Amino acid sequence: MPVEVVVKTVFIILVIVGALAPVITWVERKQSAVMQDRIGANRADVAGITLLGLLHPAADVLKLLSKEDVVPLGANRFMHLISPLIAAVPAIVAFGVIPFGGVYHFGDTTLSLVVANPDWGLLYIFAIGSLATYGVVMAGWSSNNNWSLLGGMRASAQMISYEVTMGLAVVGVFMVFQTLKLQDMAVAQDTTFRLLGFLDRLFGIPVPAWLDWLRLPAWGIFYQPLGFLMFLTAIMAENKRPPFDTPEGESEIIAGFHLEYSGMRFGLFYMSEFIEVVVIAGLVATMFLGGWAIPWLSTATIIGGVGSVFGTGFATGLCILLHFLTFMLKVVVLIWLQMALRWTLPRFRYDQVMDLCWKILLPLSLANIFVTALVMLIAGSPS
Amino acid sequence: MTALQVLFYAFAALALVSALGMLFNVRNAVAAAMSLVVTMVSLAGIYVLLEAHLVAAIQIIVYAGAIVVLFLFVVMLLNLRADEFAPGRQWPTKTAALLLVVAAGAHLVRIVSAELPEPAVPPAGFGGYALLGIALYTDYVLLVEMASLLLLAAIVGAVILAKRKLD
Repeated sequence: MPVEVVVKTVFIILVIVGALAPVITWVERKQSAVMQDRIGANRADVAGITLLGLLHPAADVLKLLSKEDVVPLGANRFMHLISPLIAAVPAIVAFGVIPFGGVYHFGDTTLSLVVANPDWGLLYIFAIGSLATYGVVMAGWSSNNNWSLLGGMRASAQMISYEVTMGLAVVGVFMVFQTLKLQDMAVAQDTTFRLLGFLDRLFGIPVPAWLDWLRLPAWGIFYQPLGFLMFLTAIMAENKRPPFDTPEGESEIIAGFHLEYSGMRFGLFYMSEFIEVVVIAGLVATMFLGGWAIPWLSTATIIGGVGSVFGTGFATGLCILLHFLTFMLKVVVLIWLQMALRWTLPRFRYDQVMDLCWKILLPLSLANIFVTALVMLIAGSPS
Repeated sequence: MTALQVLFYAFAALALVSALGMLFNVRNAVAAAMSLVVTMVSLAGIYVLLEAHLVAAIQIIVYAGAIVVLFLFVVMLLNLRADEFAPGRQWPTKTAALLLVVAAGAHLVRIVSAELPEPAVPPAGFGGYALLGIALYTDYVLLVEMASLLLLAAIVGAVILAKRKLD
């Protein structure tokens, strides 16, 4: 068992932190360049080969590693040095409960492609995420710079506020899937539901059998469309990238909490934001877009269909591959969406960020819980 | 020692060291608050070892993740420096601390010297959110509603106080 956990952990860290996160820095540059009719990063080369600018992440790392690591005068040295780590670690360990594949059976052994699937799955992510605040707040405080302090205070207020709405926005999802375990949520979405089934359930109007093909994948986004929008908004604000970048606020407080950071410590803040982008994509994909589940094609169908020809073992292996690729595809699409939003929307003013949280998202999320409960009381739980 | 024991002693040591760190950093409010966070997180680790998973999650989300962040927010807002904690009359606190240490030490000696009972086997679903939720919303629903009313009153009070200052 420990060997399995270690293998899964190493795999997920290699894929997410080692491969995906550096590429995202390139994606962000290239996507913004395309959106703004520029060419974007294309200069870093090895013997004239630029690979469309894909060498830039490596060049960035080299540059950041060789830069001087400045600790400002009068700063709290220990906190200043440790803050980037406090910010980066929660982002990495959050992936421990996000499933990147389903539950498979090889004879007697069961393989569940998630590092840990505790009873309190999603609460773990909220708990870990709430600790990330300290990295930012401490960075702002320990720098002995007024702009940094302002950034740190903004970060603490913003992140606490959006934690509340983030939690309330997904209560509807808990109610629909009746679980907090992310793997169980993904399994519950590995099926379909009748598009007109609500007529039957809410109003007692039977749906004719010839309309039975009219089915949607049982994804969270179809049960909780408002929850999806609110959760995506709240968690993007929690990540404090534009349009919610008030703690950084380039046009107001220079660079906010990481103003006094240089070299790889600055790079670590930058990196943790990009890792969080991947975590957000994985989390939203798992809760709202079916996770690893292939739409309209359940695991049982694949294993039944392919397995009858090539044997169950082969079919299960194929399932693992397809599910992982499906999950990665959904993650990539959601990363693209976050990047597109980041380069499309103008940044919010600080008071607007707070208004959005407390005056719009909070009442809406409470209303969402109420309506979800009401519908489930009348129609029963969907699963 | 099993892995669980190693984890327990590690978390326990961390909790003790960080709690002491909080005491000895009393002049530096931010460092004290950060030590408090480490104490909270190590306690959450001990709760997980005791199978009280929900308590651990709430410990981190509420105490470490929200309340101490608010402490920090206030400390930073006031921007307290070490020299603003002027030493006042110290003998009452020192006497009280000495008495507490003696009492706690006596208690500790009694616990350590006593025979430890067999650990109970937790029932199925122990420490999860399901049992707690059912208990809260069936047996203790009146208390939950009373607590929420109390919180509502506190929120309204806070808004009124803040608004009077603004107007």
